[in-house]
Amino acid sequence: MIMIECDNITKVYKTDSVETVALKNVSFTVNEGEFVAIMGPSGSGKSTLMHILGALDTPSFGKYFFNGKDMSELSDDELAEIRKSKIGFVFQSFNLLPRATVLKNVVLPLVYSGVLKLERERRAKEALLSVGVKEELFSHLSNQLSGGEMQRVAIARALVNNPAFILADEPTGNLDTKTGEIVLSMFEKLNREKNHTIILITHDRNVAEHADRIIYLRDGEIIDDVKTLKK
Amino acid sequence: MRIRDLFEETYFALTANKSRSFLTILGIVIGIGSVIGMISIGQGARGSIESNIEALGSNLIMITPGFQRNVGFGASAGRGSAQTLTSDDAEAIIKEISLVKAVAPEVSNRYQITAKGANTNTQVVGITPDYAEVRNVQVAEGVFVSEQNLKSEAKVAVLGPTTRDDLFGENANAIGQTIRIRSMEFKVIGILQSKGGTGFGSQDDRILIPLSTAQRFLIGSQRVSMINVQAIDQNSMALAQEQISALLLSRHRISDPQLADFNIMNQSDILSSASSITDTLTILLGSIAGISLIVGGIGIMNMMLTTVTERTREIGLRKAIGAKQKDIRKQFLTEAITLTLIGGVFGVILGWLISLAISKFGNINTSISLIAVLLGCGVSAVIGILFGYYPALRAAKLNPIEALRYE
Repeated sequence: MIMIECDNITKVYKTDSVETVALKNVSFTVNEGEFVAIMGPSGSGKSTLMHILGALDTPSFGKYFFNGKDMSELSDDELAEIRKSKIGFVFQSFNLLPRATVLKNVVLPLVYSGVLKLERERRAKEALLSVGVKEELFSHLSNQLSGGEMQRVAIARALVNNPAFILADEPTGNLDTKTGEIVLSMFEKLNREKNHTIILITHDRNVAEHADRIIYLRDGEIIDDVKTLKK
Repeated sequence: MRIRDLFEETYFALTANKSRSFLTILGIVIGIGSVIGMISIGQGARGSIESNIEALGSNLIMITPGFQRNVGFGASAGRGSAQTLTSDDAEAIIKEISLVKAVAPEVSNRYQITAKGANTNTQVVGITPDYAEVRNVQVAEGVFVSEQNLKSEAKVAVLGPTTRDDLFGENANAIGQTIRIRSMEFKVIGILQSKGGTGFGSQDDRILIPLSTAQRFLIGSQRVSMINVQAIDQNSMALAQEQISALLLSRHRISDPQLADFNIMNQSDILSSASSITDTLTILLGSIAGISLIVGGIGIMNMMLTTVTERTREIGLRKAIGAKQKDIRKQFLTEAITLTLIGGVFGVILGWLISLAISKFGNINTSISLIAVLLGCGVSAVIGILFGYYPALRAAKLNPIEALRYE
């Protein structure tokens, strides 16, 4: 079943008088349960694509369907609603609230969903445990954690709303190779065992190869779309 | 987002930077505190002036000399310069106007007074026995000026308590002692009861002597400087005032009321003119304090804008995980309003302390009205909304992509 469908997406940025084309006629589909890496050098438009896929931005031309719904016509608040209920973000720089505890960071998406406090904490603890964050860390401030722990907390935060799809932007960019491997295997496990659809954005071939499929981007265009040899 | 969660987020954000929150709140505390303090001073001043005026007597009408006008184009002499108001006018008023209960003419002037080496400069007022009732004065010791004193032009004097203190020492027994006014000896027969109050309307520093004595030995004429009239009741004041005016005009043979050589005032006229002064004072003090409140409000805005900039990434993240514009706006607005409301509460306490300190160490009996307190709290909430709205709007409108990239 198709979850994500990009139909001729073009994104143009206008700054003063200069027009920059970040994406040119990008079309592809992603099925439910797929683990896709979008790969390309910096400036290839992969961040722009991630923003559109993550409902943070809308295309200038073309259409983006998420679960069959045309996202280019939604308002800011409607997009926020989709992000809240359907999408989990994992960022390169983690983006945890520095002065908040681990638990509070993971609870945050549920606060905006209006889930009650006890239920919120139960679900957050479950998510944290599932990504291997030990219980004694729950009350630590997030800026006291190591990079690997921070990214696990960030993944728990992405999972806590039980989203249909997880969007990870260079999730290993700030981690050493060994910790990066652990985080990537966690994504693989989530994909395999819980059937989460995952899109991973990276410039690193070694990272991309953890996915089932790699879409290569260069200068805003898809230059290749291949299955990896993994399976 | 639930209300409870909103407050939890607010608490989290405000306690994250305690010293900054404290200083911002302090700005509002000072603003609200000074507004309430100043208004209470103004109202206290008004209250004490009103009670001074009420202490003058009840249902009082006062007639004072006006301009001396000459026929033709002569220069007008100053107000109060007319010499035409006399004791006979006072007698005519009590005789001919039935609405008048009592009259008390007086003539006053300042003299240097000596007694046993001590001396003072004070107001000497020639009065009649009715003065005690009309102007609501009582003697604390000795006796008041009597009808007999008046007839015999006796050289007797009743001293105000302050004057007694100045001449004979604090609370000394002055009855039977002698004072000298313009080299003439007067025997002290009584001491007035203190009316309290200082400055405006103080009636404790003066000497009362019989009117006839004053006119004969000090002034040298039949003129009086004021006629105090007591009307029979509150309702007949206006009519009595009209009748007195008509009577005096005909006695002074003046056909045009515009040219009257006397002024008639009643207590409520004095009260309203004094009130308008204190009202202006209150507004003045209040607006000076209001400026500090506005400065406090700008402090809130400044802090909120700094916070929005500092927390740009956080706002970006919140939006990425599904916060709507209104969620962000509510959050920052609640922070601003919480700051000002806390400031408002402590400001009311500060204002109360200011007014307490002023009643204790100053001479004004301040009063805190419920209205001032409500106004303080209301204004602080409004300031929170007013100065918090723009930063909140700015936070809500942040583009999540740019906010997440913000370093």
